[in-house]
Amino acid sequence: MSIGHPEIPKPSLTGFTLPLMAVAGLCLGYVVGTANGQPLLGLIAGAAVAAALGYVLASFVPDRRVGRLGTAAVAAIAGLLMAGVSGAVVGVIIGLIVSWFAYWLSTGDYRSTVPVYATAGDVLWHNTFKLICGLIFFFLIAPIVVVLPLSFNAQDFFTFTPEMLAFDPEGYSLKHYRDFFNNPDWTRPLKNSFIIAPLATIISVSLGTLAAIGLSQSHVPGRRAIMAILISPMIVPLIISATGMFFFYSKLGNWMEGNLGLSQDFIGYVKVVLAHAVLGIPFVIITVTATLVGFDRSLTRAAANMGAGPVRTFFKVQMPLILPGVISGGLFAFITSFDEVVVVLFVGSASQKTLPWQMFTGLREQISPTILAVATVLVTFSIILLTTVELLRRRSERLRGMSPT
Amino acid sequence: MSDTTDTGPMRAADGTPLKKSLARALRRQKLRALALIAPLLIFVLVTFVVPIADMLFRSVENQIVSDTLPHTVRLLSSWDSSTGETPDEPVYAALAVDFQAASEEKNHTKLGTRLNYENPGLSSMFRKTGRGADDIGKASTKRFTDLDPAWKDGATWAALLGSDDWLADMAEWSKDDGRQPRFSPRAEAASALPMTSDVYTAFARVARTENKKSAVETKPWPVLYTALEQDLATASPESLSAVNGASAGLLQAAGAAVPGFEPISYKDAFIDIDKGWSEVDSWQTIQSYAARYTPGYFLNAVDLEKSPEGIQQRPEQQQIYLMLFWRTIWMSMLITFCCLVLGYPVAWILANLRASTANVLMILVLLPFWTSLLVRTSAWKVMLQQQGVINDILVWLGLVDDGSRLVLINNQFGTIVAMTHILLPFMILPLYSVMKTIPPTYLRAAKSLGATNWTAFWRVYFPQSVPGIGAGSILCYILAIGYYITPELVGGTQGVFISNRIAFHISSSLNWGLAAALGSILLGAVLLLYYVYDKIVGIDNVKLG
Repeated sequence: MSIGHPEIPKPSLTGFTLPLMAVAGLCLGYVVGTANGQPLLGLIAGAAVAAALGYVLASFVPDRRVGRLGTAAVAAIAGLLMAGVSGAVVGVIIGLIVSWFAYWLSTGDYRSTVPVYATAGDVLWHNTFKLICGLIFFFLIAPIVVVLPLSFNAQDFFTFTPEMLAFDPEGYSLKHYRDFFNNPDWTRPLKNSFIIAPLATIISVSLGTLAAIGLSQSHVPGRRAIMAILISPMIVPLIISATGMFFFYSKLGNWMEGNLGLSQDFIGYVKVVLAHAVLGIPFVIITVTATLVGFDRSLTRAAANMGAGPVRTFFKVQMPLILPGVISGGLFAFITSFDEVVVVLFVGSASQKTLPWQMFTGLREQISPTILAVATVLVTFSIILLTTVELLRRRSERLRGMSPT
Repeated sequence: MSDTTDTGPMRAADGTPLKKSLARALRRQKLRALALIAPLLIFVLVTFVVPIADMLFRSVENQIVSDTLPHTVRLLSSWDSSTGETPDEPVYAALAVDFQAASEEKNHTKLGTRLNYENPGLSSMFRKTGRGADDIGKASTKRFTDLDPAWKDGATWAALLGSDDWLADMAEWSKDDGRQPRFSPRAEAASALPMTSDVYTAFARVARTENKKSAVETKPWPVLYTALEQDLATASPESLSAVNGASAGLLQAAGAAVPGFEPISYKDAFIDIDKGWSEVDSWQTIQSYAARYTPGYFLNAVDLEKSPEGIQQRPEQQQIYLMLFWRTIWMSMLITFCCLVLGYPVAWILANLRASTANVLMILVLLPFWTSLLVRTSAWKVMLQQQGVINDILVWLGLVDDGSRLVLINNQFGTIVAMTHILLPFMILPLYSVMKTIPPTYLRAAKSLGATNWTAFWRVYFPQSVPGIGAGSILCYILAIGYYITPELVGGTQGVFISNRIAFHISSSLNWGLAAALGSILLGAVLLLYYVYDKIVGIDNVKLG
């Protein structure tokens, strides 16, 4: 909470805070009432309680912390009496929200982020706009968050069971996780994903970094056309890449089998790795080129001046500086391969089944809640990757002497 | 160097003119840059561009008809289908040769499947004819073996049609040597007996690649007799007498005997096997698709077909692709629009908040961006299905009756909601990077000059954010029109895109030519948008994260 502007007068209690508190109470009361089968009673009681709360907090409890914790505690006890443990949790949440709302209104905080000269309409619009943005953020993040608790479901359902809502330990279990880590239907794809993605990443990072360095030189003939070709795997829809690769790679596979005498299994992996490597290349090119834009060319000249050869200059001077970009490009390439379904579906055969492929069949055919456990593991994984990329980006900016935003 | 007496061009340290030296340095620099790029460029060309070019080629390629029925197609080119008469006897005779040869290699079923795309029913007709094909050649076989039992012998045919070199090689070849020597035809026999020579070439090829047994010892195909009888009926005596080799005598005798044979009606034989051969329609299809390259797949992809009257619309119940293209276009537009409406406020607030707050909120945008596509799609499945979270909440609130839960998934609504969620970060990130560069003072200046909030936004802020809108919209649109996974999982039948149809043709119906044609049209659309994107934003300016 930021501190309210001292020059803003406190809004009128009866003309502003209490009616708005009553409206908020009306909405929450309706929800609580419906859950207990009495919407009308909830509506009226909610409005009355909220208005009373607003009056008490605004008039007698100037210390926010005391007021908010007190409200939460009272609401928690009321919830516990009404509906047990889950009621208490809901009570704490509602108590915190309502008491925050009461202080936000009564102290004039709601005006703190708009200029002093803003009219009432401006303030209303500004706060509505923030609410809309909040709802959009909620839309972005809610589906991902919902999956997490559901993956601990003790039942084979895709929805919250009454036991889960009552916070009954019986309603939760790790059985879907056990299934994920023990069932060969899931462990084989997991292993395949961890074979294919790193190999594809190595190919795209090594070739991509070299090419990005080449592209960042000052005189490159046909630079635009080359760039267009190198970025195209990202732009061309996956289904088209997959169709093209399906025809061509089956011919390539037959040729390798006939002329090089390689086993079919091995060829399958080669095909998928090559296909995934090319899909990851645009990401490496884009991130590494972006890092090279800020690279100080006089450093390489200085190194050459002191007698270092081009290879030594590259590894000792250039590489450490562009390394953050290379690693985040590599992470992009890795996640591209790790998350890719369409191409592997067309190019690979059953023995190259990857994790997303198994999820895809799982979602399309026999729908098993193990998918949610996998999803949770993958979300955790992407949080780790996201954090790494963010840290690398900051490090890169620091190394290049740009201030972090 | 003013004090030098040299009035020539300026020189570098080693004495070469400076201009030349600089040009050389520049060239070396260019070459070094290209050498660094080359490995990747070659890699992308081979593993990505060539496969796509191959797909484009496949969408017009149609060798299968002329490769499977070469002699028939040649004769059929002079047939006029508008007369309403089936082709003459010679065409059927050529068909007898082609069809038997094809059925020896089981190629007739492939051809039947191909032609079935254009004229449903031909696949079963070709299968049925394939089963009866052996009977067609029986009469000729009997005539020749009655004439001389030596015709039963594989060696007779080898001596007649194989070149002397090949015969010598074959005599030395034994099974342990691996592959048989490659066949080469006897030149005189090939010119006197063209059809027989063609069939025998195929026979020798099959013996070489599939059977391990020597072609000389293999029992001849019945089709060889049919072909030989037809060749002998038209061959001139001079050309026959030019044929030398061990079987020359047998050939002369057969050549003398053939005019006395009673002609066989292959037309009746084919019509006996399947009535379809008496229909002009079947022949028209073969004639229409005889060319080595065909626009047929592309016509099919836009619900047209080639007919003797020219290009026309397909029957009503077969028209689906234009509808699917149209649906892909408008649903992608709707999704892009939804992304813009949701993304614009979020990008605005991210660009205008304090950096520390904005960074925290940015995580809420980047987390979905980094989360697996399948995780997000399964999340939407969990949210939207009839026993799912949203329906449960609505029922709990009493807004919806338990018996009449909303159908939110497996329809267009499901596709639009899930894809909007998935593509939203791709809209927010470009918008954000553009909005970040718009100074907030402009808006304040506008207001201080008397503009209302709306005018200030619409006349001052919005025009400056248009590049971001363009970049984000094109990116979202390009991604949306090619989407496959999400529509497949949450789209049901009403919410699928053209890409789902392409996947269907690749993996289920196996009509690869049509899949390639549909893909080429989609690719054309995407490349056009890519070009526009490059013009507006520049591909160098794509930013991630």
